[in-house]
Amino acid sequence: MKKAAVDKIIDSYGADRSQIIAIMNEVQDEERYLPEETLKHIAQRLELPLAQLYSISTFYRVFSLVPKGKHQCTVCMGTACHVRGAERVLSELERVLKVKSGETTKDKQFSLDTVNCVGACALGPIVIMDGEYHGQVTAAKARNVLKKPEAK
Amino acid sequence: MNKAKALKSAEELKALFQSLSSEKTVGKIRVTIPNATCSIARGSAGIIRRLEEVLKQKKLFSQVEIKVTGCRGFCQIEPVVVIEPLNVLYQRVSADDVPEIVETSLVQGQVVERLLYPVSKEKRARTEAELPFYSLQKRFVTENCGVIDPTSMEDYLLTGGYQALARALKMKPEEIINEVEKAGLRGRGGGGFNTALKWRTCRTAPGEPKYAIINADEGDPGAYMDRSLLEGDPHRVLEGLIIGAYAIGSSQGFIYVRHEYPLALRNFRTALNQAQEYGFLGKNILGSGFDFEVQVNQGGGAFVCGESSALMASIEGKLGEPRAKYVHTVERGIWDKPSNLNNVETWANVPLIINKGADWFAQIGTDRSKGTKIFSVVGKINNTGLVEVPMGVTLKQIVFDLGGGIPQKKKFKAVQTGGPSGGCLPESLLSLPVDFDRLTEAGSMMGSGGMIVMDEDTCMVDVARYFLNFLKDESCGKCTPCREGIKQMLAILNRITEGKGQEGDVEQLEEMSGGIIDAALCALGGTAPNPVMSTIKYFRNEYDAHIRDHKCPAGVCKALVTYAIDPQKCTGCGVCLKNCSTGAIKGAKKKPHKINPKKCIKCGICYEVCKFAAVKRS
Repeated sequence: MKKAAVDKIIDSYGADRSQIIAIMNEVQDEERYLPEETLKHIAQRLELPLAQLYSISTFYRVFSLVPKGKHQCTVCMGTACHVRGAERVLSELERVLKVKSGETTKDKQFSLDTVNCVGACALGPIVIMDGEYHGQVTAAKARNVLKKPEAK
Repeated sequence: MNKAKALKSAEELKALFQSLSSEKTVGKIRVTIPNATCSIARGSAGIIRRLEEVLKQKKLFSQVEIKVTGCRGFCQIEPVVVIEPLNVLYQRVSADDVPEIVETSLVQGQVVERLLYPVSKEKRARTEAELPFYSLQKRFVTENCGVIDPTSMEDYLLTGGYQALARALKMKPEEIINEVEKAGLRGRGGGGFNTALKWRTCRTAPGEPKYAIINADEGDPGAYMDRSLLEGDPHRVLEGLIIGAYAIGSSQGFIYVRHEYPLALRNFRTALNQAQEYGFLGKNILGSGFDFEVQVNQGGGAFVCGESSALMASIEGKLGEPRAKYVHTVERGIWDKPSNLNNVETWANVPLIINKGADWFAQIGTDRSKGTKIFSVVGKINNTGLVEVPMGVTLKQIVFDLGGGIPQKKKFKAVQTGGPSGGCLPESLLSLPVDFDRLTEAGSMMGSGGMIVMDEDTCMVDVARYFLNFLKDESCGKCTPCREGIKQMLAILNRITEGKGQEGDVEQLEEMSGGIIDAALCALGGTAPNPVMSTIKYFRNEYDAHIRDHKCPAGVCKALVTYAIDPQKCTGCGVCLKNCSTGAIKGAKKKPHKINPKKCIKCGICYEVCKFAAVKRS
């Protein structure tokens, strides 16, 4: 990310230190991870120790310090999804993609993550593929969720 | 749309309301389509697009009003389309149904029978009022959800919106607090704390400025009423906050929205901008001399940030770690100033109390739990959705009368309430009236109102393990009892679910639970053992089956389950063989198949795909 773009985000929050999480959220939305250089720049601009940014990056679940894959596959692990078999769906996706939850495939195509409830429990088990919600996913149907982007 | 002129007084609001009411279009056909997170996931956006296309083709576009709303609560039958004045509700609509709906219902004024909700084999319901799901409901807090356009200030004003604020600003702050006290409002987010008491403590606490905060970090898995309120009626929540802020003497508000709720955040931001434009926020609100601003903060996906002191630390830009609360946050919260935090649903109740009065509010509910409560009824249940019922209805009424019971005629086992801090209640407690105190007495809690229904196929040991695993991930790590204790309890539960449980494990879990409850710093840790304790209390036999017989009666725990094909039932159709990814299933066509246990990875796919129930899990 260009420094000017980062500065724009920082300035939109009036370079307010208490808005650090919001600023990092916006960078994460753009880059889908937090590049080290960008974090250093933010730390410098806000006069915060880099260690503080590091601790925030590792405390909050949405932040990632490593680049994510082209496609984001998120499995909801809320209770309603769990009792309907979300764990089996996750194992199947882990097996098909050959990664564990939280990892990215070697070809950088897919990142697989879990989320603790997206609050759309009627649809459980839910898998969110690049922002699109797939409901009532079963282990047998799990790999179909991955199909569309692969074909593109 | 023209930029609205900021209203300067209650009289100007009243005049605006009257002019909007008289302008209200009468006689126009109105098609209401909920378009909230659940509905979008089921294709409501496609229906709206298609409807616009068809209406334009037929040159009917100007004669029909399309009303895009939030959720009506009955998620199971989404996407829903409601047509007025025909007064009909269509359920499970797809974009392909749109041309028929337009032709039959909008042009000819007839009903498309096949899209009506089937109440029984013979009978179909025409309107929402006829659906059993709504039978016991009293939709007060959610009255606008699914009815008004949440992005329209005019829609909200037409329901009488912001008139509670106008009324409140003419009252003395102490009078408002008294009214809320008389109503008996208790916090809807967790412990059910007395709202008026909290407000009063904050008001009288030394220190300026004071802060008023909306907790929209709805983290309990399985609960989504706050998302629905913010998506469907954001102005009501905001109006409640402004009234509360005035009562407390706060000039600065915050909303802390969880990261997983993008639409809720967007709709609330829209509401904030509109309120600013209309003069419900800013300086000298409605000429009362009261100033108030609201700042939006987004969470980062940390469950612990729903806890008040952690949430406030996060607003300050710090790690969301709770602190010991010798001094409560209402006295010293954000930047050590008095800070009053209530969740979305609690704030949404406030305009209702001001409009209808404390006496009206207090006659709903039970002795010590007043008003209604929104519950999300989810899991192994036929009618998944949000229900708003008076406090005191029984679990049975919620699960069976509204929820429609368990799918596929399976047997009810438990209902889990209160999220990771709550517990699992068995069948014998189904007649329990649901209110704050009764749930706590039964070893669970109200929490934010999630109710996860479990059937015979749910393993209660696995559920306990699930919650501890959740809390192990979400523990902030600050205090040892929570950080290490949960981890060790989880290790024992993992062992049990893997068939390596030992005699004495259950007693060890109970002992550790007591230690964590006594010593943890915040409510996350302090209530973490609840799911374990309640499942031990009510489902001890399942623990024993895992430990002594190395069996998982529900067939969930992978290590204790084997899959086999019943040769009597297998037709040799080959579907399981085709779907088996490890080649563990062999068999000739039209001959019974067999599973090779050495190759089987127990993914459960054969069990799912078999149409003849020939695959057995034991």
